[in-house]
Amino acid sequence: MKLAVQVNEGPYQHQATDSAYHFTKAALEKGHEVFRVFFYHDGVLNGTRLTTPPQDDRNIVNRWVELAEKYDLDLVLCVAAAQRRGLVDDGEAERNKKDATNIAPKFRISGLGQLIEAAIQADRLVVFGD
Amino acid sequence: MADLLTVNKSPFEKNSLELAIKYSQPGSAILLIEDGVYGAMKGTVAEAMVKGAMGDKKMYALKSDLKARAIKDDRVIDGVEVVDYAGFVDLVEANDKVQAWL
Repeated sequence: MKLAVQVNEGPYQHQATDSAYHFTKAALEKGHEVFRVFFYHDGVLNGTRLTTPPQDDRNIVNRWVELAEKYDLDLVLCVAAAQRRGLVDDGEAERNKKDATNIAPKFRISGLGQLIEAAIQADRLVVFGD
Repeated sequence: MADLLTVNKSPFEKNSLELAIKYSQPGSAILLIEDGVYGAMKGTVAEAMVKGAMGDKKMYALKSDLKARAIKDDRVIDGVEVVDYAGFVDLVEANDKVQAWL
């Protein structure tokens, strides 16, 4: 089965990102395809490489990155949500004249069309958040 | 056509479980996750509603979220099926649509 996952909440604030991670991991381990994970609203905060959680806490960002590396996952941050919250990749830095980037590896910034496409392409869209 | 509804709010905080039960079609599956698992507890004011829903709907609760809230298996309403994340994935596959009842 082909799945798409939508994450609407930031890390360390709401359980949604943990739920989405464990669901995505379980689906991949069962052999399903995850077409895309789309991060919307505060969910884009899952994609900054600059977080440093305490060593005895889970590293939510790295956990996504590792899952993406293992299964070649497409992790997409909504561009409008990312701009509002200061999530920047090379393209955004150039376009909006920012002096730095902070996007984590394996994440990319793109438009809401990517969510629509994922919903069309996937057999099921599973949403986590409020 | 069966639907899977996920409910992530406690029935003592918000009426999402009540609405999910009310507006879902017979044959639907309702999966309680996150704080939603409080709805699976025995001996609360929500118990009658949950038991009533099981007449024509299936109720599930996510194991790790029950555990995180110290709700042991013997405190879960009889008939509510406890599933792990792999079971969550199976429910998504078994139903035609998934609606997060936010």
